Amino acid sequence: MTVGTKERVAAGIGENAPRPDGVAKLSGNFAYGSDLWIDGMLWGATLRSPYAHARLVELDITPAVVMSGVRAVLTQDDVPGRPTFGQVEPDQPVLCDGVARYWGEPVAIVAADDQETARAAVEAIIVEWEPLPPVTDPDQARAAGETYRDMVIRRGDADAAGSVVIEGEYETAIQDQAPLGPEAGLAIPDGSGGVDLHVTSQWIHIDHAQIIASLGMEPDDVRCHPVGIGGAFGAREDISLHIHVAMLALRTGRPVRIVYDRTESFAGHVKRHPARMRYRHEADDEGRLVKVTVDMVLDGGAYAHTSHAVLANASFFTVGPYKCDNVFVDAAVSRTNNPPAGAMRGFGAVQVCFAYESQMDRLAEVLGLHPLEVRRRNALGPGDPLATSGQIVEGSLPTLRVIDELESIPMPDAAIPDDPRRLPGGTGLTTPKDAVVRGVGFALGLKNLAFSEAFDDFSEVLLILTPAGLEIHTAAIEVGQGLVTICEQIARTVLGIEAVAWLSADTSQIGSAGSTSASRQTQMTGGAVYEAAVGLRDKILQQFGGDELTNDGVYDRGELVATLDAVTADGPIEQWVRYRHPPTEEPDEFGQGNPHAGFVVAAHRAVVDVDPELGLVRVVQIDTAQDVGKALNPQAIVGQLEGGIAQGVGFAIMEELIVEDGVILNPTFTDYLIPTLLDMPDVGSRLIEEPAHWGPFGAKGIGESPTISSTPAVVAAIRAATGRPLNRVPVRPQDIAGV
Amino acid sequence: MDFLAAGDLSTALDARAEHPEAELLAGGTDLMVEVNLSYHRPAGVIAVRSCEELLEWEGRRIGAAVTWARLEDGPHRALAQLARTIGSPQIRAAGTLGGNVATASPAGDGLPWIAAIDAEIEVASQRRGTRIIAWDEFFVGVKETTLAPDEIITAILLPEHMPVSQEFAKVGVRNVMVIAMVNCVVARGEDGFRVALGSVAPVPIRAYRAEEMINAETSISDAALTEFARIVSDEVRPISDHRSTEAYRRHASGVLARRLVERCLAA
Ligand SMILES: Cc1cc2nc3c(=O)[nH]c(=O)nc-3n(C[C@H](O)[C@H](O)[C@H](O)COP(=O)(O)OP(=O)(O)OC[C@H]3O[C@@H](n4cnc5c(N)ncnc54)[C@H](O)[C@@H]3O)c2cc1C
Repeated sequence: MTVGTKERVAAGIGENAPRPDGVAKLSGNFAYGSDLWIDGMLWGATLRSPYAHARLVELDITPAVVMSGVRAVLTQDDVPGRPTFGQVEPDQPVLCDGVARYWGEPVAIVAADDQETARAAVEAIIVEWEPLPPVTDPDQARAAGETYRDMVIRRGDADAAGSVVIEGEYETAIQDQAPLGPEAGLAIPDGSGGVDLHVTSQWIHIDHAQIIASLGMEPDDVRCHPVGIGGAFGAREDISLHIHVAMLALRTGRPVRIVYDRTESFAGHVKRHPARMRYRHEADDEGRLVKVTVDMVLDGGAYAHTSHAVLANASFFTVGPYKCDNVFVDAAVSRTNNPPAGAMRGFGAVQVCFAYESQMDRLAEVLGLHPLEVRRRNALGPGDPLATSGQIVEGSLPTLRVIDELESIPMPDAAIPDDPRRLPGGTGLTTPKDAVVRGVGFALGLKNLAFSEAFDDFSEVLLILTPAGLEIHTAAIEVGQGLVTICEQIARTVLGIEAVAWLSADTSQIGSAGSTSASRQTQMTGGAVYEAAVGLRDKILQQFGGDELTNDGVYDRGELVATLDAVTADGPIEQWVRYRHPPTEEPDEFGQGNPHAGFVVAAHRAVVDVDPELGLVRVVQIDTAQDVGKALNPQAIVGQLEGGIAQGVGFAIMEELIVEDGVILNPTFTDYLIPTLLDMPDVGSRLIEEPAHWGPFGAKGIGESPTISSTPAVVAAIRAATGRPLNRVPVRPQDIAGV
Repeated sequence: MDFLAAGDLSTALDARAEHPEAELLAGGTDLMVEVNLSYHRPAGVIAVRSCEELLEWEGRRIGAAVTWARLEDGPHRALAQLARTIGSPQIRAAGTLGGNVATASPAGDGLPWIAAIDAEIEVASQRRGTRIIAWDEFFVGVKETTLAPDEIITAILLPEHMPVSQEFAKVGVRNVMVIAMVNCVVARGEDGFRVALGSVAPVPIRAYRAEEMINAETSISDAALTEFARIVSDEVRPISDHRSTEAYRRHASGVLARRLVERCLAA
């Protein structure tokens, strides 16, 4: 027996452990969904509605069927099982049911020997439409009772009144997730009637449930496999081509691949809900909120998707991270013929954050307070009731600290830069230095952690210890945020073993890990790994009579009592868990109760240079203080902070899907502009570690926060520079120039 | 014929005469976007990017196949400035001035420069030889030119007297890689200022009235510049579309023109 030199395990929590998928991604060797390929596969293509609302008068597939190289042409009549799908409510036809309700709705699908033939076959299909007037105004739809959900919040005294009243109307446009990796899938028949599906997804188990329903198959007959994701941001939460590609494979008996082109991708996934919000804040002379009254409508588009939950978030976070005893909200999400809306990073909290932070700035201005001072005076903290639901904030919520830490970050050089690329207008050379005005703006944002409203939210993980090390088996999806790395770090630290490998499981091998959304996987699947690792460690220590596990094996009071080989001599040791967060409740009819599992807060300060005459903006620097609970991998967090800021800047000044009569006018990267490196500001960050009341080592999910308050911070800075009201995002040059 | 890579102009012209239905390919940065995904199927392709005559750039003659990457480093200031704004380095390595001219997009960034300096378009065909076309007779509509089906653009011809100063600017909401909401070139020569704008009409246009006004000023005052900007805004003929509004394009046209005059004066 040797006396151990027990070192802390390398690449555990708190370190910037490298990503196992990092080098492959940087060197172009990582297989994304759109790289999937198998010999002998067919190519699929989709016929889509050119109208936002139209009756299908005639659909004749014969000209496509008879084309050489075409192997299948399918329509709604060919859907073997439930003709509709949907994550919450199955209301969307798998293929057009006789009426198209949005632009780009799938009508028929084709499988052919090659992509060209498949596309030609789609064009050969004879289709006649009778256009119907599209419903495109969400207020009108709401008035007509066409809503997916209505929310009413009644908290406190309706007669309460403040001495200062701020009223405002705000609008947010449609932002697209614009993931660089398009919708992609490969379906491979298994030869005995079943099918293996490899489709880009954020949650393969919820896909699986919808797919088997529409295929009319038993759960065991369909296996959904995780594939490499080239960006998700919510766009991979709902079904796109999954059922189609499976239908084509089952019909032809051959593997079938579908990859959307960019325009199809814009048509083929749900977007951020556009919103119209009417706000009334009442405060006392000191700036403390007395009452907040809100009426808002979100546009859910043609089908339900996750509109239900998005509206709940918009309603519950309508006041932000601030205390207020009297809150009255009427909110609805409308059914229209606009592009279907659903999940996108921030999920309802983004839209209202723009509105409430604009209100807070105006309140500060009226009272002559610094924008951060009015926020300090109202800051929500642990033990306080959430302004809307009245839920008492449990665990940590360092609202005051994010404000203080944000202020401690140094400001950028006050001089306007000389490099023209760093001026408004950039390489376009529009703007001389003396036409530039600088502005600074602030914003805070609040978000819930994981799923709310009594949803049975869990993640399953199976750990297996072998002589080679630990295997993590899970169906949780890595979308580029670094989940694999974090889970490996957690396992290493708990078990003391460095050799840890993540093995993605398909739907037949393990239960659901839940969605990679709602800022939940670090806490949920990370929490499952933590709990399973603790169970595994304790089991081994007990069996071998030790007090510590390391890379070498089991130690007892400093002495090695069993090597890892000895520990696994009788075979691998397994530990399975299904991890749940603290239960949440359905709110009552007035929105009161405990619908949330926890909260996370962040603050942003934006410094912008504006050319007021041309209305052009260059964001110089954005600093952020982020509530992280515990920084499991600081570098991964900073990655999220920077990426979220890029998306927030995009929404503030350029990202907008323009829809007219239900038709998307800019479904390309030529015209849907996302920030480039030249548009990206410098970022300063502070991570605030106050442990959460659940989850591994007190970590909080921070995937969404960075994008929520960065948008209003940028707009506040542009207002500070120009004095324009700017009640809509994205802010367009004509809004700033006032023409 | 499916595809021909012509190494010299006469080969290209012969092929063009024989296959007027075939499309010319230079850098492919416009054509391939169309071809991609089967939106457009050319009956045949004649690649001209390796025709020696089209790659030459000497004195007043810029070969049609000269790339943005070369123009970016060239001596003509506004041309270099605008070349830098075209797409990304990959696009600039492939895309050509001739392709930009042939595409004749209202937003084409090369076009206002051609209009501002009063350049001519040199074209050739097997049957009729060389023809020289004034820029305002070449661009006739949105993506419409007077190039005949058997012709190839061989060069852009610069005037004998080049401006003493020239400046370019382009408005877009992104700081790089963006299609112009408005682009503008102002050139200052012996005879005064010339002002050309793109994205504000079906074809590149000159703001002749504004030019006349500013060129009549003996010393250019602030008030004169304001009036000049107003006339430019009035003279352009923009539309509203998903990229911008008519009102903004008018406004930005005046602002850009004025700022470029100021830049020319400071040069
Ligand atoms: C990502 C991206 C960004 C872009 N950004 C910009 C931008 O910022 N500004 C801008 O103005 N443009 C932009 N473009 C468009 C394009 O790059 C330019 O118009 C470029 O100059 C086209 O040149 P090319 O050599 O690639 O043309 P090609 O694609 O090869 O040809 C275009 C057309 O011209 C014809 N043609 C080519 N050469 C000749 C010739 N010698 N004689 C007659 N006809 C000819 C072809 O038949 C074809 O119809 C962008 C394109 C992309 C893909």
